[in-house]
Amino acid sequence: MSFRVALYEGEGASPLDAGDRFAILRGLLDKGYRVSCLRSGEPVAGSASGSAMVLGRFGGQLPAAISDSAVSVAFHDINGMDAATVVGLVDQVQSATPDPAPGKWKPWFPVIDYSRCTNCMQCLSFCLFEVYGVSKEGKIQVQNQPNCKTECPACSRVCPEVAILFPKYRHSPINGDEVNTDDLRREAMKVDISALLGGDIYSLLRDRSAKSKSRFSKERDDERALKERQNCLAKLQQEGAIPAEVLAALPSPAEILVKAEAARARAQAAIDQNQKQAVQQS
Amino acid sequence: MTTRRRIVYCNCSFARVLAPEVKSKVLEGLAASGVAFDAVPDLCEMSARKDPALVQIASGDVAIAACFPRAVRWLFSAAGAPLDADHSQIFNMRSETAVAVLSSLMRDDGTITS
Repeated sequence: MSFRVALYEGEGASPLDAGDRFAILRGLLDKGYRVSCLRSGEPVAGSASGSAMVLGRFGGQLPAAISDSAVSVAFHDINGMDAATVVGLVDQVQSATPDPAPGKWKPWFPVIDYSRCTNCMQCLSFCLFEVYGVSKEGKIQVQNQPNCKTECPACSRVCPEVAILFPKYRHSPINGDEVNTDDLRREAMKVDISALLGGDIYSLLRDRSAKSKSRFSKERDDERALKERQNCLAKLQQEGAIPAEVLAALPSPAEILVKAEAARARAQAAIDQNQKQAVQQS
Repeated sequence: MTTRRRIVYCNCSFARVLAPEVKSKVLEGLAASGVAFDAVPDLCEMSARKDPALVQIASGDVAIAACFPRAVRWLFSAAGAPLDADHSQIFNMRSETAVAVLSSLMRDDGTITS
Protein backbone atom coordinates (compact mmCIF):
# COMPACT_ATOMS: atom_id res chain seq x y z
CA MET A 1 0.00 0.00 0.00
CA SER A 2 1.13 3.56 -0.52
CA PHE A 3 -0.25 6.88 0.58
CA ARG A 4 -0.30 9.77 -1.83
CA VAL A 5 -1.44 13.37 -1.71
CA ALA A 6 -2.83 15.20 -4.73
CA LEU A 7 -3.16 18.95 -4.94
CA TYR A 8 -6.07 19.36 -7.32
CA GLU A 9 -6.70 22.60 -9.21
CA GLY A 10 -8.77 21.38 -12.11
CA GLU A 11 -12.45 21.69 -12.89
CA GLY A 12 -14.55 22.12 -9.79
CA ALA A 13 -11.76 23.62 -7.71
CA SER A 14 -10.39 27.15 -7.45
CA PRO A 15 -6.71 27.63 -8.24
CA LEU A 16 -4.24 28.20 -5.46
CA ASP A 17 -1.94 31.19 -5.31
CA ALA A 18 1.55 30.21 -6.44
CA GLY A 19 2.94 31.11 -3.02
CA ASP A 20 0.38 28.95 -1.22
CA ARG A 21 0.99 26.07 -3.64
CA PHE A 22 4.74 26.26 -3.00
CA ALA A 23 4.35 26.47 0.78
CA ILE A 24 2.01 23.46 0.88
CA LEU A 25 4.28 21.46 -1.40
CA ARG A 26 7.38 22.23 0.60
CA GLY A 27 5.67 21.47 3.90
CA LEU A 28 4.39 18.12 2.70
CA LEU A 29 7.63 17.09 1.00
CA ASP A 30 9.69 17.93 4.04
CA LYS A 31 7.45 15.60 6.06
CA GLY A 32 8.03 12.84 3.50
CA TYR A 33 4.75 12.91 1.56
CA ARG A 34 4.54 12.37 -2.16
CA VAL A 35 2.44 15.08 -3.83
CA SER A 36 1.02 15.31 -7.33
CA CYS A 37 -0.07 18.69 -8.65
CA LEU A 38 -3.07 17.89 -10.82
CA ARG A 39 -5.07 19.83 -13.35
CA SER A 40 -8.26 18.88 -15.19
CA GLY A 41 -8.31 15.54 -16.94
CA GLU A 42 -5.66 13.84 -14.83
CA PRO A 43 -6.50 10.77 -12.77
CA VAL A 44 -6.68 11.54 -9.07
CA ALA A 45 -6.07 7.98 -7.88
CA GLY A 46 -2.75 7.76 -9.66
CA SER A 47 -1.83 4.24 -8.72
CA ALA A 48 -3.22 0.76 -8.86
CA SER A 49 -3.41 0.45 -5.11
CA GLY A 50 -3.16 2.47 -1.93
CA SER A 51 -4.93 5.53 -0.67
CA ALA A 52 -4.98 9.03 -2.05
CA MET A 53 -5.92 12.24 -0.36
CA VAL A 54 -7.07 14.91 -2.80
CA LEU A 55 -6.76 18.45 -1.56
CA GLY A 56 -8.41 21.37 -3.28
CA ARG A 57 -10.35 24.58 -2.90
CA PHE A 58 -13.62 22.91 -3.68
CA GLY A 59 -15.81 25.66 -2.23
CA GLY A 60 -18.08 23.30 -0.36
CA GLN A 61 -18.78 21.10 -3.41
CA LEU A 62 -16.71 18.07 -2.45
CA PRO A 63 -16.62 15.26 -4.99
CA ALA A 64 -17.76 11.88 -3.69
CA ALA A 65 -15.06 9.65 -2.23
CA ILE A 66 -13.93 6.75 -4.39
CA SER A 67 -13.34 3.38 -2.83
CA ASP A 68 -12.86 -0.12 -4.11
CA SER A 69 -10.82 -3.06 -2.94
CA ALA A 70 -7.51 -1.62 -4.11
CA VAL A 71 -7.80 2.15 -4.12
CA SER A 72 -9.45 4.68 -1.88
CA VAL A 73 -9.61 8.36 -2.70
CA ALA A 74 -10.87 10.96 -0.25
CA PHE A 75 -11.40 14.63 -1.07
CA HIS A 76 -10.68 17.43 1.38
CA ASP A 77 -11.49 21.10 1.07
CA ILE A 78 -8.51 23.25 2.06
CA ASN A 79 -10.24 26.57 1.45
CA GLY A 80 -8.94 29.10 3.96
CA MET A 81 -6.21 26.83 5.34
CA ASP A 82 -2.59 27.88 5.54
CA ALA A 83 0.23 25.47 4.68
CA ALA A 84 0.84 24.37 8.27
CA THR A 85 -2.84 23.54 8.73
CA VAL A 86 -2.87 21.56 5.49
CA VAL A 87 0.19 19.55 6.58
CA GLY A 88 -1.47 18.89 9.93
CA LEU A 89 -4.60 17.64 8.16
CA VAL A 90 -2.52 15.29 6.01
CA ASP A 91 -0.68 13.99 9.09
CA GLN A 92 -4.01 13.28 10.73
CA VAL A 93 -5.43 11.41 7.73
CA GLN A 94 -2.21 9.50 7.07
CA SER A 95 -1.97 8.30 10.65
CA ALA A 96 -5.29 6.51 10.19
CA THR A 97 -3.99 4.53 7.21
CA PRO A 98 -2.09 1.24 7.49
CA ASP A 99 0.95 2.85 5.83
CA PRO A 100 3.93 3.64 8.04
CA ALA A 101 4.55 7.31 8.69
CA PRO A 102 7.06 8.66 6.17
CA GLY A 103 10.51 9.89 6.98
CA LYS A 104 11.49 7.38 9.65
CA TRP A 105 14.52 6.08 7.78
CA LYS A 106 17.35 7.86 6.02
CA PRO A 107 17.54 5.94 2.75
CA TRP A 108 21.22 5.03 2.77
CA PHE A 109 22.07 1.90 0.82
CA PRO A 110 24.16 0.79 -2.13
CA VAL A 111 22.88 0.87 -5.69
CA ILE A 112 24.54 -1.31 -8.30
CA ASP A 113 25.47 0.07 -11.71
CA TYR A 114 25.03 -3.11 -13.73
CA SER A 115 26.64 -1.53 -16.76
CA ARG A 116 29.90 -1.77 -14.78
CA CYS A 117 29.30 -4.70 -12.43
CA THR A 118 31.08 -7.93 -13.34
CA ASN A 119 29.27 -10.05 -10.72
CA CYS A 120 32.57 -10.72 -8.92
CA MET A 121 30.79 -10.94 -5.52
CA GLN A 122 33.45 -8.94 -3.70
CA CYS A 123 30.77 -6.67 -2.21
CA LEU A 124 28.92 -9.74 -0.96
CA SER A 125 32.17 -11.00 0.57
CA PHE A 126 32.92 -7.71 2.23
CA CYS A 127 29.60 -6.66 3.75
CA LEU A 128 29.11 -7.99 7.27
CA PHE A 129 25.46 -7.01 7.40
CA GLU A 130 23.97 -9.14 4.66
CA VAL A 131 22.92 -6.15 2.58
CA TYR A 132 23.82 -8.07 -0.55
CA GLY A 133 22.35 -11.28 -1.86
CA VAL A 134 22.21 -13.29 -5.04
CA SER A 135 19.20 -13.63 -7.32
CA LYS A 136 17.89 -16.98 -8.53
CA GLU A 137 19.80 -16.26 -11.71
CA GLY A 138 23.06 -15.91 -9.79
CA LYS A 139 23.23 -12.15 -10.06
CA ILE A 140 24.46 -9.95 -7.24
CA GLN A 141 21.66 -7.83 -5.78
CA VAL A 142 21.07 -5.36 -3.02
CA GLN A 143 18.45 -7.25 -1.03
CA ASN A 144 18.42 -5.80 2.47
CA GLN A 145 18.71 -2.03 2.16
CA PRO A 146 17.67 -1.30 5.76
CA ASN A 147 20.61 -3.39 7.01
CA CYS A 148 23.09 -0.91 5.53
CA LYS A 149 24.86 1.32 8.02
CA THR A 150 24.18 4.98 7.40
CA GLU A 151 27.16 6.95 6.09
CA CYS A 152 29.22 3.78 5.59
CA PRO A 153 30.25 3.46 1.92
CA ALA A 154 32.92 0.85 2.61
CA CYS A 155 31.67 -1.76 0.13
CA SER A 156 31.92 0.74 -2.71
CA ARG A 157 35.60 1.13 -1.85
CA VAL A 158 36.30 -2.50 -2.49
CA CYS A 159 34.38 -2.72 -5.76
CA PRO A 160 37.02 -3.09 -8.47
CA GLU A 161 34.71 -1.70 -11.14
CA VAL A 162 33.37 1.45 -9.43
CA ALA A 163 29.96 -0.16 -9.84
CA ILE A 164 28.55 0.57 -6.39
CA LEU A 165 26.85 3.90 -5.79
CA PHE A 166 25.60 5.56 -2.69
CA PRO A 167 23.47 8.37 -4.11
CA LYS A 168 23.57 10.31 -0.86
CA TYR A 169 27.34 10.16 -0.51
CA ARG A 170 29.24 13.41 -0.86
CA HIS A 171 32.02 12.53 -3.21
CA SER A 172 32.40 11.43 -6.80
CA PRO A 173 32.04 8.83 -8.26
CA ILE A 174 30.44 6.94 -5.35
CA ASN A 175 27.64 9.53 -5.38
CA GLY A 176 26.66 8.47 -8.90
CA ASP A 177 28.70 11.01 -10.82
CA GLU A 178 30.22 9.70 -14.03
CA VAL A 179 33.33 7.54 -13.60
CA ASN A 180 36.41 9.17 -15.07
CA THR A 181 39.87 7.89 -15.95
CA ASP A 182 41.35 8.93 -12.61
CA ASP A 183 38.76 6.83 -10.82
CA LEU A 184 39.64 3.84 -12.96
CA ARG A 185 43.35 4.33 -12.35
CA ARG A 186 42.71 4.36 -8.62
CA GLU A 187 40.66 1.18 -8.86
CA ALA A 188 43.52 -0.55 -10.62
CA MET A 189 45.56 -0.21 -7.41
CA LYS A 190 43.15 -2.34 -5.44
CA VAL A 191 44.09 -5.80 -4.30
CA ASP A 192 41.81 -8.76 -4.60
CA ILE A 193 39.27 -8.68 -1.81
CA SER A 194 39.46 -12.44 -1.49
CA ALA A 195 43.00 -11.96 -0.25
CA LEU A 196 41.82 -9.08 1.88
CA LEU A 197 39.28 -11.26 3.63
CA GLY A 198 41.32 -14.40 3.73
CA GLY A 199 42.61 -13.91 7.24
CA ASP A 200 45.89 -12.15 6.56
CA ILE A 201 44.25 -8.77 6.70
CA TYR A 202 42.94 -9.45 10.18
CA SER A 203 46.42 -10.38 11.26
CA LEU A 204 47.45 -7.04 9.83
CA LEU A 205 44.79 -5.30 11.83
CA ARG A 206 45.91 -7.00 15.02
CA ASP A 207 49.54 -6.34 14.30
CA ARG A 208 49.73 -2.69 13.40
CA SER A 209 53.45 -2.78 12.92
CA ALA A 210 52.98 -5.08 9.97
CA LYS A 211 50.97 -2.36 8.26
CA SER A 212 54.09 -0.31 7.77
CA LYS A 213 55.38 -3.01 5.50
CA SER A 214 52.64 -2.19 3.03
CA ARG A 215 54.31 0.25 0.69
CA PHE A 216 51.12 1.84 -0.59
CA SER A 217 49.06 1.44 2.54
CA LYS A 218 47.74 4.99 2.52
CA GLU A 219 46.62 4.80 -1.06
CA ARG A 220 45.05 1.39 -1.32
CA ASP A 221 41.31 1.48 -1.13
CA ASP A 222 41.05 -1.93 0.49
CA GLU A 223 42.67 -0.56 3.60
CA ARG A 224 40.59 2.59 3.45
CA ALA A 225 37.53 0.41 3.16
CA LEU A 226 38.49 -1.55 6.24
CA LYS A 227 39.17 1.67 8.10
CA GLU A 228 35.73 2.93 7.12
CA ARG A 229 34.22 -0.34 8.21
CA GLN A 230 35.96 0.00 11.56
CA ASN A 231 34.97 3.68 11.86
CA CYS A 232 31.39 2.86 11.05
CA LEU A 233 31.29 0.11 13.62
CA ALA A 234 33.03 2.22 16.25
CA LYS A 235 30.52 5.02 15.67
CA LEU A 236 27.67 2.59 16.06
CA GLN A 237 29.17 1.37 19.29
CA GLN A 238 29.37 4.92 20.61
CA GLU A 239 25.72 5.63 19.83
CA GLY A 240 23.50 4.36 22.59
CA ALA A 241 20.31 3.61 20.71
CA ILE A 242 21.26 0.86 18.35
CA PRO A 243 19.25 -2.30 17.98
CA ALA A 244 20.36 -5.46 19.74
CA GLU A 245 20.98 -7.25 16.46
CA VAL A 246 23.43 -4.56 15.45
CA LEU A 247 25.14 -4.74 18.78
CA ALA A 248 25.44 -8.47 18.28
CA ALA A 249 27.09 -7.81 14.94
CA LEU A 250 29.69 -5.44 16.28
CA PRO A 251 33.20 -6.61 15.99
CA SER A 252 35.13 -8.32 18.41
CA PRO A 253 37.86 -9.59 16.11
CA ALA A 254 36.42 -13.07 16.48
CA GLU A 255 32.98 -11.87 15.41
CA ILE A 256 34.40 -10.10 12.40
CA LEU A 257 36.18 -13.23 11.37
CA VAL A 258 33.04 -15.33 11.66
CA LYS A 259 30.86 -12.87 9.76
CA ALA A 260 33.47 -12.24 7.13
CA GLU A 261 33.92 -15.95 6.63
CA ALA A 262 30.17 -16.44 6.29
CA ALA A 263 29.95 -13.62 3.76
CA ARG A 264 32.93 -15.00 1.86
CA ALA A 265 31.34 -18.43 1.78
CA ARG A 266 28.08 -17.03 0.39
CA ALA A 267 29.98 -15.21 -2.31
CA GLN A 268 32.06 -18.24 -3.17
CA ALA A 269 28.95 -20.40 -3.35
CA ALA A 270 27.37 -17.94 -5.77
CA ILE A 271 30.51 -17.81 -7.90
CA ASP A 272 30.73 -21.62 -7.95
CA GLN A 273 27.07 -21.88 -8.93
CA ASN A 274 27.52 -19.35 -11.73
CA GLN A 275 30.59 -21.16 -13.02
CA LYS A 276 28.75 -24.48 -12.91
CA GLN A 277 25.87 -23.01 -14.91
CA ALA A 278 28.27 -21.47 -17.40
CA VAL A 279 29.91 -24.86 -17.93
CA GLN A 280 26.52 -26.56 -18.37
CA GLN A 281 25.46 -23.96 -20.93
CA SER A 282 28.67 -24.20 -22.94
CA MET B 1 0.17 14.20 -32.09
CA THR B 2 1.26 16.06 -29.01
CA THR B 3 1.50 14.74 -25.49
CA ARG B 4 2.77 16.29 -22.33
CA ARG B 5 5.72 14.66 -20.70
CA ARG B 6 5.53 13.94 -17.04
CA ILE B 7 7.67 16.08 -14.75
CA VAL B 8 9.01 14.57 -11.53
CA TYR B 9 10.79 16.57 -8.86
CA CYS B 10 12.78 14.82 -6.11
CA ASN B 11 13.10 16.80 -2.89
CA CYS B 12 15.79 14.56 -1.37
CA SER B 13 13.98 15.20 1.90
CA PHE B 14 15.97 12.80 4.05
CA ALA B 15 19.50 14.01 3.35
CA ARG B 16 21.35 17.25 2.73
CA VAL B 17 23.04 16.43 -0.52
CA LEU B 18 21.13 18.98 -2.61
CA ALA B 19 21.84 22.65 -2.06
CA PRO B 20 18.71 23.95 -0.27
CA GLU B 21 18.55 27.06 -2.46
CA VAL B 22 18.67 25.00 -5.65
CA LYS B 23 15.94 22.56 -4.74
CA SER B 24 13.83 25.30 -3.23
CA LYS B 25 14.06 27.47 -6.35
CA VAL B 26 13.29 24.57 -8.65
CA LEU B 27 10.24 23.63 -6.59
CA GLU B 28 9.16 27.25 -6.40
CA GLY B 29 9.54 27.63 -10.16
CA LEU B 30 7.51 24.50 -10.83
CA ALA B 31 4.83 25.61 -8.39
CA ALA B 32 4.64 29.03 -10.02
CA SER B 33 4.47 27.61 -13.55
CA GLY B 34 1.06 26.05 -13.09
CA VAL B 35 2.08 22.83 -14.86
CA ALA B 36 1.08 19.44 -13.53
CA PHE B 37 3.94 17.58 -11.92
CA ASP B 38 4.79 14.98 -9.31
CA ALA B 39 6.89 15.96 -6.32
CA VAL B 40 8.38 13.04 -4.45
CA PRO B 41 10.16 13.28 -1.11
CA ASP B 42 13.00 10.95 -1.95
CA LEU B 43 13.57 8.69 -4.96
CA CYS B 44 16.08 6.63 -2.96
CA GLU B 45 13.45 5.77 -0.38
CA MET B 46 10.93 4.93 -3.12
CA SER B 47 13.50 2.69 -4.81
CA ALA B 48 14.25 0.83 -1.58
CA ARG B 49 10.52 0.24 -1.08
CA LYS B 50 10.10 -0.73 -4.74
CA ASP B 51 7.27 1.77 -4.84
CA PRO B 52 4.90 0.88 -7.71
CA ALA B 53 4.73 4.59 -8.53
CA LEU B 54 8.22 4.28 -10.02
CA VAL B 55 6.88 1.83 -12.61
CA GLN B 56 4.22 4.36 -13.55
CA ILE B 57 6.78 7.15 -13.78
CA ALA B 58 9.06 5.04 -15.95
CA SER B 59 6.28 3.97 -18.28
CA GLY B 60 6.08 7.17 -20.31
CA ASP B 61 7.98 10.26 -21.34
CA VAL B 62 9.41 11.79 -18.22
CA ALA B 63 11.71 14.60 -17.14
CA ILE B 64 13.18 14.16 -13.69
CA ALA B 65 14.82 16.80 -11.53
CA ALA B 66 16.94 14.93 -9.00
CA CYS B 67 20.66 14.19 -8.74
CA PHE B 68 23.28 12.39 -10.82
CA PRO B 69 21.65 10.69 -13.84
CA ARG B 70 23.69 7.49 -13.33
CA ALA B 71 22.36 7.22 -9.77
CA VAL B 72 18.77 7.97 -10.76
CA ARG B 73 18.75 5.44 -13.60
CA TRP B 74 20.06 2.64 -11.41
CA LEU B 75 17.71 3.56 -8.56
CA PHE B 76 14.79 3.06 -10.95
CA SER B 77 16.34 -0.14 -12.25
CA ALA B 78 16.82 -1.47 -8.72
CA ALA B 79 13.10 -0.95 -8.12
CA GLY B 80 12.20 -2.99 -11.19
CA ALA B 81 11.25 0.16 -13.10
CA PRO B 82 14.03 0.79 -15.61
CA LEU B 83 13.91 4.15 -17.38
CA ASP B 84 13.88 4.13 -21.15
CA ALA B 85 16.85 6.25 -22.20
CA ASP B 86 14.95 7.52 -25.24
CA HIS B 87 11.97 8.62 -23.19
CA SER B 88 13.53 10.03 -20.07
CA GLN B 89 15.67 13.01 -19.19
CA ILE B 90 17.33 13.57 -15.85
CA PHE B 91 18.44 16.96 -14.63
CA ASN B 92 20.97 17.16 -11.88
CA MET B 93 20.24 19.54 -9.01
CA ARG B 94 23.61 18.65 -7.44
CA SER B 95 25.63 20.11 -10.26
CA GLU B 96 23.34 22.41 -12.24
CA THR B 97 21.86 25.74 -11.27
CA ALA B 98 18.18 26.07 -10.45
CA VAL B 99 17.70 28.26 -13.51
CA ALA B 100 19.28 25.66 -15.79
CA VAL B 101 17.22 22.82 -14.32
CA LEU B 102 13.99 24.78 -14.52
CA SER B 103 14.55 25.91 -18.08
CA SER B 104 15.27 22.31 -19.10
CA LEU B 105 12.19 21.02 -17.32
CA MET B 106 9.96 23.67 -18.80
CA ARG B 107 11.34 23.48 -22.31
CA ASP B 108 8.39 23.68 -24.71
CA ASP B 109 6.20 23.69 -21.63
CA GLY B 110 6.79 19.97 -21.36
CA THR B 111 5.03 19.28 -24.64
CA ILE B 112 6.28 16.48 -26.85
CA THR B 113 5.40 16.37 -30.52
CA SER B 114 5.59 13.04 -32.28
